[in-house]
Amino acid sequence: MEEKFSAQPVVDSGTAPLPRVDGQTRTSGRDASMNFLPRLYYRYKKILKVIRLFLIIAGPGIIVMVADNDAGGITTYTATGAKYGFHLIWFLILLGPVAYYVQEMTVRLGAVTKRGHAEAIFHAFGSFWGWFSLLDLVLLNWLTMITEFIGMTAALGIFGVPRPLTVIIASVMMGTMVIQGRYWTWEKAAMVFCVLNLIYIPAAFMINPPLKQVLQGCLVPQLPPGGFTNELFFFLMANIGTTIAPWMIFFQQSAVVDKSLQEKDINGGKVDTGIGAFFTVVVAAFCVILTGTLLPGQNIYDAGSAAARFMGISKQLGTFLAIGLFDAGFLGAICISLASSWAFGEVFGWAHSLNNKVKEAPWFYAYYFFGIVLAGTVVLIPRAPLVLITLFVQVIAVTLLPAALVFLILLLNNEETMGEYRNTRFQNIANITIVTLIILVSTLYGISALFPNILK
Amino acid sequence: MILEFFKNTASTVKSINQKYAKPQIKMTRMVKFSLLSLRLYLIFLVGILVYRFITLLR
Repeated sequence: MEEKFSAQPVVDSGTAPLPRVDGQTRTSGRDASMNFLPRLYYRYKKILKVIRLFLIIAGPGIIVMVADNDAGGITTYTATGAKYGFHLIWFLILLGPVAYYVQEMTVRLGAVTKRGHAEAIFHAFGSFWGWFSLLDLVLLNWLTMITEFIGMTAALGIFGVPRPLTVIIASVMMGTMVIQGRYWTWEKAAMVFCVLNLIYIPAAFMINPPLKQVLQGCLVPQLPPGGFTNELFFFLMANIGTTIAPWMIFFQQSAVVDKSLQEKDINGGKVDTGIGAFFTVVVAAFCVILTGTLLPGQNIYDAGSAAARFMGISKQLGTFLAIGLFDAGFLGAICISLASSWAFGEVFGWAHSLNNKVKEAPWFYAYYFFGIVLAGTVVLIPRAPLVLITLFVQVIAVTLLPAALVFLILLLNNEETMGEYRNTRFQNIANITIVTLIILVSTLYGISALFPNILK
Repeated sequence: MILEFFKNTASTVKSINQKYAKPQIKMTRMVKFSLLSLRLYLIFLVGILVYRFITLLR
């Protein structure tokens, strides 16, 4: 279209192209101005088309990345900010590309193979590794779901909402999002909750943080006062641990398949993931800014108590933080429960699309609701070992994460299935470095959860 | 009814095992090395978990 405009300029007696010394033609000023408007209009239409196309493709990447800031993630960020102020924001920013590089692989794998991660593992590596991954994922997801419910109940508890009511509200909302039988509707509803996750940004602006120190924390790599201690190492590990979780890999790949993204959509999927990674980092940084400004030097063990302390400072601020925590837990819960249901559906051969009505995919939805109800019920059990469950999540994640990441890289290097979309040399260097780092750190994190005194 | 459910599940698992009995990925040196490393890593982790469990019981 653009060539048509430039190759065939409008020619009339008054605006004929003038000959140039080099043999080419040049247009007069009047002609150029006449071409300018159609070109501008064309460019505008083209950009509009690209944006429309992107809005169709966008979803899995943004949702998975924003949901990465789940209840556990928000707790880690608020604790980091309270403990170390703004000194570690640069480190959180570095974790954005890490998350992007890992998740981007799932977009390519899903779009090319049309298989979710669980099915891809069964297919490529056989039933032993398949069952190991599936059962480990199911256990880990269920435990993580419990931590999401803990976050949600803590958040609404600040407003005096009793735990059972919070569990019922969250479960009904999660059910309502899927039963209408359209992936598109679920995705757009999830996007609304993603936008709500940005509530930490206005909250941070409300408290007027010291801009110079914040910028310094963002741009200058530095260690907090006291240098590199065991406790700092634990916090760094915790932040890396929250950046990539096994459910994220399974969720995004299955979502790409359910959305029927094709090879031609891979670039759009990458942009989607990149934007998601950007927002993950932004929200994480603003959480740190909030607690770094208002609760410096304090020990925070859960985001709920941070919100409660904020309530004491400013009701509006505490409300913002509590809403953000509920939203974080809710987003995490809807993605995690879907990741499990998709994985089971793929392997057991059930109908497993959000485009199916409940009648068309009864097992898929039954499993989805079963997971929610089971996790919600555990939170309501009096004296349930919730702290132990949170620790157990870290340990179980260590068993599954390395396997999921290694399988991801091996599958992305399989020329037979990936063809031109397999990892390039640069992608392999970047991804293998990232995966090795994540495996090392998450293993140390898991071990430190088992042996708390090891880092003291 | 419960017995029938377990029977059905067992037969489904059996058919899944048959379907995915043979790994489809080309077993290059890299793949073999990675799978072996994963096995060793998991054995190491299970060892640590068992050790922790025993020390907790004591």
